[in-house]
Amino acid sequence: MLELTGVLLLFMVMAAIIAIETKDLLGAVISVTAVGFGSIIAFFYLRAPDVAIVPIVVEVVVLVILIRATLRAGLKTFIGNRPFFGYLVTVALLVVIFLAGIRVFGGLPAFGDPVVARIPDAPARAYIESGLEDTGATNVVTAVLLDYRAYDTLGEATVLFTSIVGAVAILRRKARKKPSDPEADEW
Amino acid sequence: MVDLTPNRGMTPIVQTIAGWTKGLVFLFGIYIVLFGHITPGGGFAGGVILALTFVLMTLCCGKESALRKMPMHIAAELDSVGALMFLVIAWLGVWSILGGTFFTNYIAKWNRGLPYHILSSGTIPLCNIAIAVKVAVSLFLVFTLLVMTRVIHKPNE
Repeated sequence: MLELTGVLLLFMVMAAIIAIETKDLLGAVISVTAVGFGSIIAFFYLRAPDVAIVPIVVEVVVLVILIRATLRAGLKTFIGNRPFFGYLVTVALLVVIFLAGIRVFGGLPAFGDPVVARIPDAPARAYIESGLEDTGATNVVTAVLLDYRAYDTLGEATVLFTSIVGAVAILRRKARKKPSDPEADEW
Repeated sequence: MVDLTPNRGMTPIVQTIAGWTKGLVFLFGIYIVLFGHITPGGGFAGGVILALTFVLMTLCCGKESALRKMPMHIAAELDSVGALMFLVIAWLGVWSILGGTFFTNYIAKWNRGLPYHILSSGTIPLCNIAIAVKVAVSLFLVFTLLVMTRVIHKPNE
């Protein structure tokens, strides 16, 4: 279990480095998707198919959209030399994150060890024990998302709606001149 | 400048296979939405799968075939209808007969239904359907807009 976690983590780190450093836009897009699929495999090993199914479909859509947007748009990559001070800041940040990570990982539970099993008063225990009696939904994740914590789902839907309205307003074909213009309603 | 030439699509082999599979993919998306309270899945995942059928049609047969099934103005209205459905389901709980608070599961208070049955768990399936409509149409809108408006850089201009 621990070896698989290490291999997965190494794969995701390598894919992320390739995504940043490669000169090819298509290769960068595919590397970003590889990082996402690595996290999906981690979710499956944590026995969370409900969490894993959303990233799978979203990764596929984002991959298609990004390939379509990068291949046909004729975008150019910017290749520049990093200054010495930038390297210094990067190395210092990496060292700080590494040292802080060693301290943080000492206090975390082991990979795949749920917090519910260790803390008796965890709120998740109440969801698991009384979710079926309260809501009647056998899928506890959906019961939490749409009954106990439906406010969070409403916020998520609002974020999506706002971003779609912004994208439609920016990417439409022509601006509206007058309300009486017959061509104004065309997309 | 923006290129507006129609997208002609892929080879007949790809178009035929896509024509066979798009209905199955759409059915699978409906299954994921309707059984979201029983099995893994839900409104968001099912909505993305529903949007993927339109993405498949756009990529294989050109954007006209997808826009014939779902024109842009209907898609923009359905987007708002899905968001409104979710809010109306939530606001009905404020009515004091039904519960008195926002997002009360008033149907489950009255009748929870049998576990593992599709007609159970009150407002959760209704919310799933509303979110699925919203997510599917939103992703279709974004994909169609990104495909339709392509910026072309011309050298020496």
